[in-house]
Amino acid sequence: MKVLKLIFKNTLRHKLRTFLTILGIAIAVIAFGVLRTVVTAWHAGVEASSANRLITRQAVSFIFPLPLAYKDKIEKIDGVDEVTFANWFQGVYIDKNQFFARLAVDADKYFDVYPEFLLSKDELESFQKERNACVIGIDIAQQYNLKIGDQMTIEGDIFPGRWDFVIRGIYKPRDKTTDATQMLFHWDYVNERMKQETPGRANHVGWYIEKISDPNKSAEISKKIDDLFKNSTSETKTESERAFQQGFLASTSAIITAMNVISFVIIGIIMLVLGNTMIMSARERTREYAVMKTLGFSARHLTGLILGESLFISVLGGAVGLFLTFPLIKGLSQIIPKGFFPIFQLEPITLVLACSAALLIGVASAIFPIQRALNTKIVDGFRFVG
Amino acid sequence: MSSVISVKDVSKTYNRDNFEISVLNNLSLEVEEGDFLALMGPSGSGKTTLLNLIAGIDKPTAGNIEVGGTDISKLSESALAKWRAHSIGFIFQFYNLIPVLTAFENVELPLLLTSLSKAERKQHVETALSVVGLSDRMDHYPKQLSGGQEQRVAIARAIVTDPLLLVADEPTGDLDKTSADEILTLLDRLNKEFKKTIIMVTHDPHAAEKARVTRNLDKGYLV
Repeated sequence: MKVLKLIFKNTLRHKLRTFLTILGIAIAVIAFGVLRTVVTAWHAGVEASSANRLITRQAVSFIFPLPLAYKDKIEKIDGVDEVTFANWFQGVYIDKNQFFARLAVDADKYFDVYPEFLLSKDELESFQKERNACVIGIDIAQQYNLKIGDQMTIEGDIFPGRWDFVIRGIYKPRDKTTDATQMLFHWDYVNERMKQETPGRANHVGWYIEKISDPNKSAEISKKIDDLFKNSTSETKTESERAFQQGFLASTSAIITAMNVISFVIIGIIMLVLGNTMIMSARERTREYAVMKTLGFSARHLTGLILGESLFISVLGGAVGLFLTFPLIKGLSQIIPKGFFPIFQLEPITLVLACSAALLIGVASAIFPIQRALNTKIVDGFRFVG
Repeated sequence: MSSVISVKDVSKTYNRDNFEISVLNNLSLEVEEGDFLALMGPSGSGKTTLLNLIAGIDKPTAGNIEVGGTDISKLSESALAKWRAHSIGFIFQFYNLIPVLTAFENVELPLLLTSLSKAERKQHVETALSVVGLSDRMDHYPKQLSGGQEQRVAIARAIVTDPLLLVADEPTGDLDKTSADEILTLLDRLNKEFKKTIIMVTHDPHAAEKARVTRNLDKGYLV
């Protein structure tokens, strides 16, 4: 008979109570895992951002465009290796519920600056040659069952009218954090129509992307770019890609903070539930602990027994929760529109946090019962009536 | 015969709800090795308190207690726990077996604190259970045993480490007459056959008759 066996037998004294506690911990871990995955998905763009890229946008707001003429000037700045640009196109594909990023881009250089979008040489050349060609991410291709040569029609809103594209390339993500839900097409194609229909909007881009070789000089280069256009009609704000992505998230920071708080509140609540279970168990066994102390069992032994039981329940609950979280996240990733959360997966950090939370619950819940068991004198333990 | 227990000028007071209650007053007692001592007296006379002090599960307010040459009133809590593990066997009125452990496992419990191997522990447990006549009930849980059988398991647990001293607090208090007689006969046998020193607290004059010596307490004094 070993102490582990006694811990196991103690755990099974009140099977229903133990089962419900394990179930509660499992549900808490599932909720924690899902909420953390949503938060992580929200931050995916920030995580995927490169230190070697700067973004230059209109200083007042991202929604105001910048003149195309800035490109040549930015290219001449020391430290800037390459410059490309993009424009948020939006529009409607099939219906308004189909959300994914649609960008009019500089077809010549965009894929040089974004090497994480893996596109074959043939597909890239094919895309660059044809004015109404587009490239889509593999997730979009799979979601809508699209292949090279297929037509995609977008009903424009920011850029009104019907826009027909032909798919000439399907890019694959280089990293797990790379967004494979974008649709990219020629900025020139859009600009030509703007020249004809609304000339005032022609020759403008949404933002510039600068590829730099030394990330340590990003602040210095950003200042040089912004100084270049100071006092112009379109002043610029240049920042690292990470800061740019974080700026996007700022508007939803309250929601993210709320989800973060809720995920930890859940852990706190379940800690109280297990703590209550452990307190009840320890209280019921006050006399037994007195007997064990009488037999010579030390404070270390009793601590091991109570902590072991608490950890057994919390780790088992955590394991069940994590085991169920995997298929749940996978199921959710298939239900949630691809474009909404391009990266929706259980991250290693979430697994580490969930495991740590389960261990923390086990340890924290045992503290008070251990303290009580150790502080109760043997003679008082024998007098105890539960 | 030499003295195995020496209680010198021991006093014990408790503080309960701001009241100081004096339970034992300047009490002295000697117990010879191999003795079977019955402590009798009315409720509140201090019998159980004296037993607890001798067994090292409580400490005196004043005075010294030597058991087997060790002054236990000077030991720390952890040293006292180790001392109890190898020196004292306890028999309680309400048996105090662990309900989720079998008879075998309950008896094995004190041996987990020793360096004995699994095979050695098994041998010791089987011997102890055979002494109390429960070799056929090893795999039974306490709830599957009668009161007398539970107390016999408790006695097996008390003797399994071959302690210096057995202390029994009202060992027959919760048993019918037949079971009580069986337990008293067993204690008598442990004293006579296995030369165990036993101190037994009891209200029952019939139980006290089994002891070689009877001492009476009243209001914290030996009378």
